Amino acid sequence: MLKRLVPHPLLSLTLILFWLALVNTLTLGHVILGTLFGIGIPMITAPYWPDRPKIRAPLKVAEYCLIVLWDIVVANVQVAMIILFRRNEDIRTQWIPVPLDLKSAEAITILAGTITMTPGTVSATLASDGSCVLVHCLHTDDPDAVRDEIKARYESRLKEIFQ
Amino acid sequence: MPFIAELIIAILLVISGVFGFVGSYGLIKLKDPLQRLHAPTKATTLGIGAVLIASMVYFVAKTGHVSVHELIITLFLFLTAPITANFIAKTYMARNLKVSDLPKSGTDYGWSVFSDPPKREPLD
Repeated sequence: MLKRLVPHPLLSLTLILFWLALVNTLTLGHVILGTLFGIGIPMITAPYWPDRPKIRAPLKVAEYCLIVLWDIVVANVQVAMIILFRRNEDIRTQWIPVPLDLKSAEAITILAGTITMTPGTVSATLASDGSCVLVHCLHTDDPDAVRDEIKARYESRLKEIFQ
Repeated sequence: MPFIAELIIAILLVISGVFGFVGSYGLIKLKDPLQRLHAPTKATTLGIGAVLIASMVYFVAKTGHVSVHELIITLFLFLTAPITANFIAKTYMARNLKVSDLPKSGTDYGWSVFSDPPKREPLD
């Protein structure tokens, strides 16, 4: 019964919190309204996530978020330095293919998003079987090091979270 | 409003101004469109982030209530910026690059902009 009412508890909880954040107040009325959304929306959208991923390690998610936030700050400063202080002729832009061990679409999406938000890299496209991501790097002298860092810093953590 | 709050807000606004400016300057300075993509996806994220934190500090100092709208804006920004960047990159690749301009994917299948995905068993 409970499983049919809340097929996706995490989504329901997110929707309730999101509704409260949107109205920016914490009253009983809005908690009830948010709960209605939290129950109704997962029911309606259930056909669109037939095999949703399981989050294996919730604490790792928090760790991952903090690491990514920190890296975004670092990335901003690095890219700003490259833009301001490097002559265009000295910027060595490279394509870097990064082979993926991740299988689930959600994990790959998060990895691609992370790559785009962090130091000097934008994820441009996937191999058509989803086993490799093509990364565009603004400036690097050592493409292999960038690839290894992405795999060690982000992919290995996502693997622990999703697989 | 206490002086310390005004100081923090002022510093955050200056930081955001600097990064917003650098991001926009990067758009002009860098040469090829894919390089230009790096400037707004990164250099401006911190700029907008600093404005939003400044806004939160302002409302806490002014009204005493915590405003969480800024967190939602940040979340949406982090969700949408990579997708926009990805779309622009793909469009650029499809229109201006050839398969030979890119490194090999290292698998049996090429990059998805240029080659078809593996055949799936038909559902029945």
